[in-house]
Amino acid sequence: MALIDFFKKIEPDKKKSPFLHTAYDAFFTFAFSPNTVTSGGTHIKDGMDLKRLMVTVVIAMQLCYLFGTYNIGHQHFVAAGQYLGFLEGFHLKLAFGLIKLLPIFVVAHVVGLGIEFYFAAKKGHAVEEGFLVTGALIPLIMPPDIPLWILTLSIFFAVIIGKEAFGGTGMNIWNIALLSRVFIFFAYPLTISGDQVWVSGYKKLAAGTAADYNWWHTTFFNKLFDWMGLAKFDPATHVVDGFTGATPLALGYEGGWEKVTSVYSESQMIWGTIPGSIGETSKVLIVVGALMLIFTRVASWRIMAGMLVGLIGTSWLLNAIGSTPFMQVTWTQHLMMGSFLFAMAFMATDPVTAATTDRGKWIYGILIGAIGLIIRVMNPAYPEGWMLAILLLNTFAPTIDYFVLESNIKKRLSRA
Amino acid sequence: MNKLNLSLSLMFFTHILSAQSSGASASSLLVYSLIGVCAILLVWALFGLASNLLKIEADKYGLDSEKNNIGIIPGLRDFFSPSRPSYASEGSFHNLRKGYDIKLEGSAKGPVSDAAVTRFGINPKDFRGMTPIPKVEVEVGTEIKAGDPLFFDKKRPEIQYVSPVSGEVVEVRRGEKRSIAEIVILADKDTKYRKSNVPDIYKADRAELVNFMLATGVWPLINERPFDVVPQPSTVPVNIFVSTFDTAPMAPDNNMFVAGNEEAWQKGLSVLALLTSGKVHLGLDARGGAAPAKAFTDAYGVEKHWFKGPHPAGNVGVQIHHTAPIKGHDKVWTLNVQEVITIGKLFLTGEYHADRVVALTGADLANPMYVRTKQGANIGELIKNNTKGENLRLVSGDVLSGKQTTADGFLGFRDDQVTVLKEGNNYELFGWLLPLAPRPSVSGTIPSYGKDFAFEANTNTHGEKRALVVSGQYESVLPMDIYPQHLVKAIVGNNLEKMEALGLNELTEEDVALCEFVCTSKNPVQAIVRQGLDTLQEQS
Repeated sequence: MALIDFFKKIEPDKKKSPFLHTAYDAFFTFAFSPNTVTSGGTHIKDGMDLKRLMVTVVIAMQLCYLFGTYNIGHQHFVAAGQYLGFLEGFHLKLAFGLIKLLPIFVVAHVVGLGIEFYFAAKKGHAVEEGFLVTGALIPLIMPPDIPLWILTLSIFFAVIIGKEAFGGTGMNIWNIALLSRVFIFFAYPLTISGDQVWVSGYKKLAAGTAADYNWWHTTFFNKLFDWMGLAKFDPATHVVDGFTGATPLALGYEGGWEKVTSVYSESQMIWGTIPGSIGETSKVLIVVGALMLIFTRVASWRIMAGMLVGLIGTSWLLNAIGSTPFMQVTWTQHLMMGSFLFAMAFMATDPVTAATTDRGKWIYGILIGAIGLIIRVMNPAYPEGWMLAILLLNTFAPTIDYFVLESNIKKRLSRA
Repeated sequence: MNKLNLSLSLMFFTHILSAQSSGASASSLLVYSLIGVCAILLVWALFGLASNLLKIEADKYGLDSEKNNIGIIPGLRDFFSPSRPSYASEGSFHNLRKGYDIKLEGSAKGPVSDAAVTRFGINPKDFRGMTPIPKVEVEVGTEIKAGDPLFFDKKRPEIQYVSPVSGEVVEVRRGEKRSIAEIVILADKDTKYRKSNVPDIYKADRAELVNFMLATGVWPLINERPFDVVPQPSTVPVNIFVSTFDTAPMAPDNNMFVAGNEEAWQKGLSVLALLTSGKVHLGLDARGGAAPAKAFTDAYGVEKHWFKGPHPAGNVGVQIHHTAPIKGHDKVWTLNVQEVITIGKLFLTGEYHADRVVALTGADLANPMYVRTKQGANIGELIKNNTKGENLRLVSGDVLSGKQTTADGFLGFRDDQVTVLKEGNNYELFGWLLPLAPRPSVSGTIPSYGKDFAFEANTNTHGEKRALVVSGQYESVLPMDIYPQHLVKAIVGNNLEKMEALGLNELTEEDVALCEFVCTSKNPVQAIVRQGLDTLQEQS
């Protein structure tokens, strides 16, 4: 094959330039499955490898990416009272979304993969594929206006402290993507919480504030749209009166389900045309991704089912107490708000940081569901609980496994 | 279970209370239905408690020999699991769900033909724990009969390792550091047997039987678990296990082995029954399909256990786990069907008949078939004029735990299968992303091509070795109450206490071979388990 000969010809010397060789090796094995054969153990191996596993998760997220990108633009124009129909101003919303999303996506991958390549070269390992998923997840859980330098810092923190310090892919204790988010959450809370950050393109969400357009909007895309004869970005776009940008959760905390539905309809919340982190708003598309992961058996259905059980049980308990309006919100309503489904499908199921025994996965899932909902409903400081609940249970997952294994050991001993 | 019920019903109660306290708005129908559900759950919990008490009582008096046969409430599985096949009437029945059948192209087809093999080889390294340089009792040029001793271990001189054929010793191959690799015999056309006087098994005591077996060379046919070694003559095993079916990829049909050897088979079982303090357990095939051979189903003096399920249901280790698991430092013996027949024939005739029906399998054979030969037949002669193409790997055994060999090599001591498959040493453009050529996989991301599709597998690793990422994968193909992934971690971390506690001594390489096959991170699970077993063995 000509292509493979070309690839072989440009292979850098491993000793002279280890970093280049590592990078080359990563791209080469990306293009070609290696020609290694089995030796010593089984003579045939399953067709599945880590690359394919990771890329399946990335593919499962693609619908969220498409929708999330468009929704950045949609929310921007809704705040201005323009193009209120979802498909109206399609090209403007898509262009606006891409201008916001692409830099986040590129920065996440360049920084994360850069660190990964550096450590792989240093350790003399092949580049491990773990960051493919992390890098795809991080943009989805960020607000659209996240400053890129903060994003860079958070990825440095998450990948170096959270992963490489523990020995790389497969050794980390906490979910890397959530670690980068929690870093921002505690270090730069104003960029990732409150009502102001979920709608993009305005300095602040007060009535009359003009849209914050730059060269890409006013020159690049406007010229393009002008040439195509389409509507252009209007620099006079401004926030309309009465728009607050509050998310359903913030509204729910203030006044329960009634307050939520006074602003957003149920179908808006289910389809995801609401403000929020980039990828977590559309419940339907997340469920599609989750089903794909369950169907291919890439993610553990036990963890997902456990989280649902935990959420439903705890919401019943809270309903029974019912002392604040938010406590009276039922579990179906809880499913429609916030990022529970996204956390369930993509975050809690990370096999490295979750419990590793079947029974442990149930316990792990149920506890995340329960603790996350309690944080969501009871704690005014944290409007959403899944990030903290998952990180907490990541910490305790080995303990859960320990007790499951102990019971297995006891059973074996009792036989003797 | 009961605790869960209780907490569930509590949850329901709180729900009802809240519904009632919120007053008229609650629909009464909902409340009544919830009360109904609660009542059912309460009754279920009570029955569960009673059932558990009954089980504890039954356990105390040793009534529940097969576990979970006693109780008030039928398990969900009793409703859903298909009933045992009609021929599986006698003995216990085990329906195993976990595992995976790797369907490969090239299974052997009957009938059995005679193989024209002239050279046979016995390799001392096939016996674990043998000193590297055993005492060889023959020289190049020695004329020997079948059953004449070839060598013995200097640490255990009483155990004789004998020749499967008569003829002339033509070569004593040396391996690394002058260890003995193979003793090669050029076989006569008609086998001449060394004759021994057979003791009457019902009058002789155990020691006499053991000494006879040691002297005639059938002792090394016995495999002792844990550790897979030839047992010490003084060991009395707790139980002896024989699996009468093989579920490994393209494995031979064991019914072929016993056809024409029914008498010897039964005799072998009767002899084995005298050697153990427990029982001889027979694992039988209940996967549906045709009933096993009469010799298996009608065997007497043994405990029968039926197993249904995908590979590794036919592995003796899995069967031991479900029938009489190894406790503490117990020793059990395992044998294959043809080895039992060899022992039986010895006691019938006084001669060492090491006849083996061998399955020649693999998509790269022109004609996959069964052949009749003897222990240690030369691989090249077995598959002569039968292979297609080049760049092939020859395996003595199955693709999961067989040993790689060459045309100049010989059938392993316990092997009854030769597999030929293509080496997969080629690059594949975007092979991980677009697996165009069909390949077997348990993953839902790779097309399965239907249940009966037979794959043409090659030896490519389909990916590089990585740190363990996926969990629950090993467990899904090991139908035992063992956590193999944690066990592997304990072995790698050299945590002796933990690896023993997690059940390492119930396992051997072939049991975890599927775990190695499915491993997304391509870890050498079999080698790790063997390393753990070696460590345990050193310590004990």
